[in-house]
Amino acid sequence: MSIQQELEKRILVIDGAMGTMIQRHKLEEKDYRGERFKNWHCDVKGNNDLLSITQPEIIIGIHKQYLEAGADIIETNTFSSTVIAQADYEMQALAYELNVASAKCARAAIDQFQSNQTSHITQQKFVAGAIGPLNKTLSLSPDVNNPGYRAVTFDEVVAAYYEQIKGLVDGGVDILLIETIFDTLNAKAAIFAIKKYFRDTKQKELPVMISGTITDASGRTLSGQTLEAFYTSVMHAKPLSVGLNCALGAAEMRSHIEELSEIASCYTSAYPNAGLPNAMGEYDEQPHQTAHFIEEWANEGFVNIVGGCCGTTPDHIKHIAEHVKNISPRKLPIIETALA
Amino acid sequence: MSTSIKPYLRLSGLEPLIIRPETNFVNVGERTNVTGSKKFARLIKENKYEEALSVARQQVESGAQILDVNMDDALLEGVQAMTTFLNLLQAEPDIAKIPIMIDSSKFEIIEAGLKCVQGKCIVNSISMKEGEEKFIQQAFICQSYGASIIVMAFDEKGQADTRERKIEICYRAYKILTEQVGYAPQDIIFDPNIFAVATGIEEHNNYAVDFIEATKEIKRLMPLTKVSGGVSNVSFSFRGNDHVREAIHSVFLFHAIKAGMDMGIVNAGQLVVYDEIEPTLRNLCEDVLLNRNNDNNEATEKLIVHAETVKAKGKVEIKDEAWRNTSVEERLKHSLVNGITDYIDIDTEEARVKYPKPLDVIEGPLMDGMNVVGDLFGSGKMFLPQVVKSARVMKKSVAVLTPYIEQEKEERKQAHLKAGTENKEAAGAAKILLATVKGDVHDIGKNIVGVVLGCNGYDITDLGVMVPTDKILDAAQKENVDIIGLSGLITPSLDEMVHIAKEMKRRNMKQPLLIGGATTSRTHTAVKIAPEYENGVVHVLDASRSVTVAGSLLNKEMKIDFLKNIDTEYKQLKENFDNKRTVKNYLSYDEAKKNKVKIDWNNYTPVAPTFTGTKVFADYDLNELRQYIDWKPFFIAWEMHGNFPEILNDGVVGKEATKLYDDANALLDKIIKEKWLNAKGVVGFWEAASKDDEVELKKGNIKLNFLRQQIQKAKDQPNLSLADFIRPSSDYIGAFAVTIHGIENHIKAFEANHDDYNKIMLQALADRLAEAFAECLHKRTRNEFWGYAKDEQLSNEDLIHEKYQGIRPAPGYPACPDHTEKYKLFELLNATENTGITLTESLAMYPASSVCGWYFSHPQSQYFGVGKITKDQLADYANRKKMPIEELERWLGQNLE
Repeated sequence: MSIQQELEKRILVIDGAMGTMIQRHKLEEKDYRGERFKNWHCDVKGNNDLLSITQPEIIIGIHKQYLEAGADIIETNTFSSTVIAQADYEMQALAYELNVASAKCARAAIDQFQSNQTSHITQQKFVAGAIGPLNKTLSLSPDVNNPGYRAVTFDEVVAAYYEQIKGLVDGGVDILLIETIFDTLNAKAAIFAIKKYFRDTKQKELPVMISGTITDASGRTLSGQTLEAFYTSVMHAKPLSVGLNCALGAAEMRSHIEELSEIASCYTSAYPNAGLPNAMGEYDEQPHQTAHFIEEWANEGFVNIVGGCCGTTPDHIKHIAEHVKNISPRKLPIIETALA
Repeated sequence: MSTSIKPYLRLSGLEPLIIRPETNFVNVGERTNVTGSKKFARLIKENKYEEALSVARQQVESGAQILDVNMDDALLEGVQAMTTFLNLLQAEPDIAKIPIMIDSSKFEIIEAGLKCVQGKCIVNSISMKEGEEKFIQQAFICQSYGASIIVMAFDEKGQADTRERKIEICYRAYKILTEQVGYAPQDIIFDPNIFAVATGIEEHNNYAVDFIEATKEIKRLMPLTKVSGGVSNVSFSFRGNDHVREAIHSVFLFHAIKAGMDMGIVNAGQLVVYDEIEPTLRNLCEDVLLNRNNDNNEATEKLIVHAETVKAKGKVEIKDEAWRNTSVEERLKHSLVNGITDYIDIDTEEARVKYPKPLDVIEGPLMDGMNVVGDLFGSGKMFLPQVVKSARVMKKSVAVLTPYIEQEKEERKQAHLKAGTENKEAAGAAKILLATVKGDVHDIGKNIVGVVLGCNGYDITDLGVMVPTDKILDAAQKENVDIIGLSGLITPSLDEMVHIAKEMKRRNMKQPLLIGGATTSRTHTAVKIAPEYENGVVHVLDASRSVTVAGSLLNKEMKIDFLKNIDTEYKQLKENFDNKRTVKNYLSYDEAKKNKVKIDWNNYTPVAPTFTGTKVFADYDLNELRQYIDWKPFFIAWEMHGNFPEILNDGVVGKEATKLYDDANALLDKIIKEKWLNAKGVVGFWEAASKDDEVELKKGNIKLNFLRQQIQKAKDQPNLSLADFIRPSSDYIGAFAVTIHGIENHIKAFEANHDDYNKIMLQALADRLAEAFAECLHKRTRNEFWGYAKDEQLSNEDLIHEKYQGIRPAPGYPACPDHTEKYKLFELLNATENTGITLTESLAMYPASSVCGWYFSHPQSQYFGVGKITKDQLADYANRKKMPIEELERWLGQNLE
């Protein structure tokens, strides 16, 4: 069954944080390096995406925990798997391979999960190839004294995303998910790369999910756009869904997801953080609290896909899945083709 | 209940813009366009992007809902300019909040713009001009960036003028875009071309109807699409009569918006309310626009006749004569501030009788009045044309007093002689010497500076034009002047100024040196002139700055600091320049030649001109030339910057600009009626063939030499040379020279009458007429004499924006910077004999109001700047021209590192 058909029937659940779960393993430099990179010339601890190659069992294990908690969509461990972001660890050459490896981890997790199912009705699960925002932005200058300066060009960003998309598709993802967008122009470069990749390879386009980030109480993206301006700027991707994730907890995200549900002609998604971080930078919103907020959104008909971002765990996802299980999804708006 | 989403055009900057059926006409801000705004173009060319942003901000503040950005200028790296400007603009939330319309005729510039903007843009524009395949390809690219597109009604056959062609092309484009490219209909905007009506040509009478009816049908066939257009084109035949133009625009928009027009480039502040147009005028406009009652141009004629009456009516002013009842001091001040000469003689005489000495009148009421003028000018409340008028009043008044002052002086001298004492009269006002340097004949700017400084109490000595170094410096030393000011318009004058600076040093002179004129710049002054003379070299941007500069230099305390600051500033400029210079990469001349413009000559047949040889115009009709005048440079000459005709309604300078414009037209009427001036011109065409950077003419074995760009270009960008546009096997090239004779006697008459205002006006008009003549002959060349573009449909605005095929570059200007090629042009055209133009040793043309150039017809021919060239090309060029390298180095100084 296609994801569109599933979305017609019910609210789908997307998984929670990968980073929070990796932290629990308390991995050290040597764990990150594994056998293959034991002599790598610089430190790689913190390069979570690398674990898909060096510690695939850990990554597959995390995916499986989310699947068992009730996630329908799991995100690949590829938030930073681009030639631009991997420069921090001087691993630019691995970008393609990281994406293939991570997609395979996610796929393997689903296979293992489904083969362990006792029920004869296997629930359909989907792999979303995660395309992160990059550590360099196209609309903002990193130099306060030179507002016209850009650390990276549009063409470079397109090339980096193109390689990532190729790796994700080759690794077997079902969906491409452009997420945590704080600069819309970066997202436009990702959309450009997706369109180009599928035109070049003459394949049918995979569904695209788009998820932006409203950074603070101003209700705007970091690059300054209002929510509607953001949506207008990425509409041409003809996405499967548009939504919000990260930066805000569910309480702060509510009004924005409500607005989005009114203007989006596609499905909507929302996966907030587990509240706002405390003084120690930790998230302490409890699973039932997060689930309570999201249940209310579902009852209001704001959402089609829900889940969690930073600080959320399989326990959060389990609560969310249970709370939205019996609520009807938001209905797609009627797309009128005439003005009258 | 699910909501519904309407198929509206949705755009975004930082904020969304949704165009709904109930949305009023959408205004597109047009000033951030280098082809439309001289100010913006200058700021971009001078790399003053921060200031250029203020133009954008002003557009937003005055209500633009979308910002059109255009960087199409032959002298700009369009891609780079677009990128730089848009990147900077993103950092200004008050501007970036509205959507951007990326406007270029070059798709690479459009794409560069799309790469900089996070919001949803409009691309302006693409068309089927070069066929379906290219159109589809460009549409796909625009779609990948998520942009809406303006499609011009233009196909392989040309621009659509009739209703049927407009509809046919738009519908064809619509089918392709929606069916093959997958464009949403609401993201398509059509520009079905607005052309001028009431031109006197019967075929044009239906243009407005064609547009309105096409719009109606386009919106009926394709209801989700939008229609846009440039409105001011439609009233072009009534330029100069804004009252009528505004009425036409309002009536046109009334019908066009009713028919479905959604957006456009129009100055909204200028529109009159349809219902408030005087009914007779409104009916006549309606007849003309809707082409009713218009057999044999009847409606057009009626509107023209009526237009004259409303124009005249608009001019009637009730004179307020109450000021005549005030004291003589107040009356003098009033006359000075308002530039009124009517009563100056009697008022001056009254004051002379009232005051003990005639000099007291000058130092008292006259200087008081001029101080008010100076303050108002300094604070931006008066504009240059007004100041020049004030100066005229001042001069007339002084002329009344002079005989009495001389008489007094003579009496004192006689008294001293009688008594055997020494005459120790004070030296008086500070002296400033002005001159246009050797080889240069242009002096409008210098005259304005002279007038403005004169108004501020300085004693001006003007040596005129073409003044050799020795004469300038001898006079300066003999008169013991306080400041020397040099002016020049053509590039060789820059070297002459460097020479003068060196000579001043050699002579141990102490006076500061001021540099001004169109070709001069702060950078050139800092890099080339200032290092040659240490007692102060200052570049003065315009006449208004000259006052503060002179003031600072003549004040002993301020002078030291002022010069120290200038020195620091120029050293920094020079250092920046030297640093910047090293980063540019140049190709070798051989490599550059390999990267010439790629033209598919196999599929090109040159159009043969209707004649070869020359055609002379001994006395061209000035009435006809008047139609071709580009008024913008005229206002710039008067230091009023802005677009024409918008400047006439500008909130700040509009009133004075209108006065100036009316005065200019009145003088023009007189010039034409009384045959003051004589327009002479010549055009010629010859068989030619190109070989590398030479163009060989069959006639007289003349070889024209061109220079090629050597700067490292972006991929796929050629290193241009004008020779690239001539077919190697056989082709044609043309040339022209035009001039305006006869101003000298009238200038003298104005001078004798102390009337600087009309003197400068006449000079500026003669320049405009020469340029108009060049434009007119170029048009006739394209349509008629050479005839390679017989069917072109261009408004005067299009002409000014150089939207035509083919170019007319002049030797000494950026595309062919070698002035010495002018000798060949003159020889081919027999120009001196045919037109009376002579060349100075710097190869300036005399009379000053002259224009010459080459004609190139190939569709790909374009204006560009050669830029810097390296030694290998210089050597090759010297060899080809059989000229010593040293001599060429002198001529091409600007193009050498």
